Amino acid sequence: MTEHSIPNFREIGEITGSTDSRDVLAHATRQAARNFDDYLIVDVDAHVSEDHFWSEIIDLIDNDVLRQIGQHQVKGFGGSNALLNISPGLSLQSVGGRIGHQGRREPVNDDSVHRFISTARRSMDAMGLDYQVVFPSAMLLLGMHPQDEIEVALAKAFNRWMIERILPIDSRMKGLLYLPFNSPEACEELVERYGDTEGIIGFTVCSTRNKPVHHDCYMRLYSMIQELDKPLAFHSGYHWGDPSFAQLNRFLSMHALSFTHYNQIHLTNWIVNAMPERFPKLNMLWVESGLAWIPFLMQRLDHEVLMRPSEAPGLKRLPSEYMREMYYTSQPLERTNMKLLEATMEAMNAETQLLYSSDWPHWDWDSPATIDSLPFLSEQAKRNILGLNAARLFKLDTARRKPLAEDVLANRPKTAS
Amino acid sequence: MSGADMAAGTSRQIVLGRHDELKKRQRMVIDVDGTGIGVYFVGEEVRAYLNICPHMGGPVCQGKIMPRTLELVADNGKSLGLGFSKEQLHIVCPWHGFEFDMLTGRHPIDKNVGLTPIPVQVSNGDVVLTVREPRP
Ligand code: FES
Repeated sequence: MTEHSIPNFREIGEITGSTDSRDVLAHATRQAARNFDDYLIVDVDAHVSEDHFWSEIIDLIDNDVLRQIGQHQVKGFGGSNALLNISPGLSLQSVGGRIGHQGRREPVNDDSVHRFISTARRSMDAMGLDYQVVFPSAMLLLGMHPQDEIEVALAKAFNRWMIERILPIDSRMKGLLYLPFNSPEACEELVERYGDTEGIIGFTVCSTRNKPVHHDCYMRLYSMIQELDKPLAFHSGYHWGDPSFAQLNRFLSMHALSFTHYNQIHLTNWIVNAMPERFPKLNMLWVESGLAWIPFLMQRLDHEVLMRPSEAPGLKRLPSEYMREMYYTSQPLERTNMKLLEATMEAMNAETQLLYSSDWPHWDWDSPATIDSLPFLSEQAKRNILGLNAARLFKLDTARRKPLAEDVLANRPKTAS
Repeated sequence: MSGADMAAGTSRQIVLGRHDELKKRQRMVIDVDGTGIGVYFVGEEVRAYLNICPHMGGPVCQGKIMPRTLELVADNGKSLGLGFSKEQLHIVCPWHGFEFDMLTGRHPIDKNVGLTPIPVQVSNGDVVLTVREPRP
């Protein structure tokens, strides 16, 4: 049959950096509608490009001098990077503009709530997320800032912004308190002040820094966090200025290696110095390093510890056994070899220890289908990884919080797709 | 409608318009009864692909079109830097950046990864798309 008019025909447009998230993610919403709309889904690591709101955070800096410098930079050359030590890599993430949602700027007309919330709700609804934990991507490199007092000032301001302006508006949004780890006493003050705040479900350290996590200056901090019974996350990142990585000439090479590097260093120090024995109730969460590094490190550390027990005398079990009791986020999930991925998930007890994370809107984000489509996982394992493990770790209510995927599809603007 | 559905059912032919007119555009992405299809015009050639990325199902036809990037190497093995191909165009998926050759639909590095082709031809000057309907 040949038709000269097309029923229900419409031409659909290009997706750009200013396309509404619900249109960019419409295929993800369809995946949710088809396969997992009734699952609880918790996204443990997303970034709602807070650089759009950076001036609000700068205005909350409590030190008069640093605030004045920051406000001056916001209006001038520094812009949304005021006071930050961003590295050249940040501007390469979109692959020359090929991936438009990295650094997206979509129009928001709804003035009734903070713009941050409107944008976050769009992506949460479109991906079928019940909860989303937001993380300050602009602050990922602050651990390498040469001025410790700037990390402290921005940490205080960001935490206030999140706790006072963002979290109270929507209980689907949760936060991890940013710890300025180069200044242990400032971390303690923040934990003391905000540790049991509603909506703060744990604490995060940006891993990109050269600080040994086993140093005695952190023991009081770890005790305080253990006491609060909330997890401590190490969020990985990159740093092209690190002498090893400065040899790498492409963003992809540096990104592939450095995002696993810093968490490998911290986790190795954590285990070899027997921190799991010293803080047995402190739940550790390793964020945004993917999974492939986990079996690598398990094997390397087990191999060496067996031969050199005198250098890790505090251990009562093999490193891999401690690692199997830690938590990990899933993104960026290496899915190119299913046999290896299956073995990795088995080695790390993914069914109970792995937490889904999207990393939206970054270029290497993962939709929930990244987990749901894995052929070797049982339905229960998928439900655990996509939400139930996080609900258990963060003590979240498991009642449905998101709209129906079909309703999200019906109500999206359809400017593209 | 998924790629599998489309392969399974009966088909119908749809005339998109006159080739002379349409080929002035590089691409059009259409939705036919809920199925997204990208149609590409390269000189006198026409190609059509399902708007579902083989990576994670993203809207692959709605991203940018970019020339293929080449690693330029001199005869003596020295690098001449990066360059854009003057012949090959790539369809870039907007979700994560997978790239596909516009004429073959294949990924430039892993030839096992490719777009799902949709039959399309120029017939009597018309661009005609063959769309399979799902089984009832
Ligand atoms: S879905 Fe197309 S690149 Fe990932």
